[in-house]
Amino acid sequence: MKKRWTERLGFLMLYLAGILVLFFLGVILFDIFIKGVGILSWKFLSQPPRMGMTEGGIFPAIMGTFMVSIITVIFAVPLGMFAAIYLNEYAQPGKITRLIRLAIRNLSGVPSIVYGLFGVVVFVQMFRFGTSVLSAGLTLGLLTLPWTITACEEALKTVPKSYREGALALGATKWHAIRTNVLPYAIPGMMTGVILGLSRAAGETAPILFTGAAFFLPHLPKSLFDQFMALPYHLYILATQHHAIEKVRPIAYGTALVLLALILLLNLSAIWVRYRYRQKMRG
Amino acid sequence: MKMSVRNLNFYYGSVQALKNINLEILANRVTALIGPSGCGKTTFLRCLNRMNDVVEGIRVEGQILLDGESIYAPEVDPVQIRRRVGMVFQKSNPFPKTIFENVAYGLRINGSCSKKEIADRVEKSLKDAALWNEVADRLHDSAMEVSGGQQQRLCIARALAVEPEVILMDEPASALDPIATQKIEELIQELKKKYTIVIVTHNMQQAARVSDYTAFFYLGELIEVDRTEKMFTKPGIKRTEDYVTGRFG
Repeated sequence: MKKRWTERLGFLMLYLAGILVLFFLGVILFDIFIKGVGILSWKFLSQPPRMGMTEGGIFPAIMGTFMVSIITVIFAVPLGMFAAIYLNEYAQPGKITRLIRLAIRNLSGVPSIVYGLFGVVVFVQMFRFGTSVLSAGLTLGLLTLPWTITACEEALKTVPKSYREGALALGATKWHAIRTNVLPYAIPGMMTGVILGLSRAAGETAPILFTGAAFFLPHLPKSLFDQFMALPYHLYILATQHHAIEKVRPIAYGTALVLLALILLLNLSAIWVRYRYRQKMRG
Repeated sequence: MKMSVRNLNFYYGSVQALKNINLEILANRVTALIGPSGCGKTTFLRCLNRMNDVVEGIRVEGQILLDGESIYAPEVDPVQIRRRVGMVFQKSNPFPKTIFENVAYGLRINGSCSKKEIADRVEKSLKDAALWNEVADRLHDSAMEVSGGQQQRLCIARALAVEPEVILMDEPASALDPIATQKIEELIQELKKKYTIVIVTHNMQQAARVSDYTAFFYLGELIEVDRTEKMFTKPGIKRTEDYVTGRFG
């Protein structure tokens, strides 16, 4: 009897831990929704901030986050994909491969502020991109790279070996087999990982803090070398740096809500891609 | 004589999987490779079209000749060998494409065929694989939807489409029901008119039914090879007799 009780107790603890996670998530979402939903309007989404950011909307921040994300994708996806193809299909087990994998694992553990500093030194100063959309996008690209590589590799692993062998046995070269009979089936899985990586990058503040995010810009960036506003940084300013914090609190909550919605949207699209992919593989 | 294997030794790392194999494979004949699991018959089969090349840490010694020319010579491109020596795998492995695209896959690799040529060759290959009548009206359906036996014949059609000279079959019917198996066996009899066939099989009756020559492998060695009826009636070596009569294995 005693054994059964300890098992029940253990189960209860696990159950409570699960519920607790849900509870905190619920509280955060509820709080932000309640406090932020009031300010949401088409104007809020489509207008720049006015009157020292105490009025107006967050349009430049939305667009800024969007533009930086595009640079991130353009940079991180091909690089991550090719690295994953190399690691999964070509790399011979050995010292160098182990070293590359070690590097990837460690990169994913580097704090994001360190990426920010790296971005300043390399992209802003060394490459002379200045504090800009480009520098920030590349910095976020680096940040997502470990995730992108890992996700792409996992996607490649799900493609059965028999597809590769079948193609090789028909006289395909290795690259041809990968290109025509492995990649097409791995790409949806890769996309899922990329989108999730991106949704994480889109919410980062530290890496863009020194590399391109502007405190306030009444207009959109005109080129890749302009500064930009971004949702997470805008939120940070409104919440901690503004001269009238109490007054702008609703705008801060509205910004948080928009950011959350954006990330939720990205995650949902990742789920959708994965769902479609599974359907396709079954058929 | 289509292929000739001379003093073949094969190693996975430090483990020797094949020991000094000598075997002649005759043109337009079916050669069956039999033996208990792990005896090296599949490894041997995969040596014949250099499919083992993709495995890490392998080493091949000795010679395999295809029409008198060594396929392991340094200047030989394994990709060219695989076009001449096709392969059908144990577990049917249709690609998740349409039936048509599966058969056309090998033809599209070189990209030198016109649309019409591809369509003709797909039809001919499916007919040669005795599958045409069953799939003619659904060529553009997914290959994953047809039955297991049809999938395996599709894989044979796919191999035929690139017009190989030799076809290697690795237990092609082991996952199929008796009727599907029978179809594959009839097909093999048909195919040997045009192709040289080497088949690995676990099933002794199958070897007896389909093959002209049978080679018995045991623990990485080729114990005996002879005409099939002789191998199954009065083999020259005691161990072969024990195996084919089911006394071990």
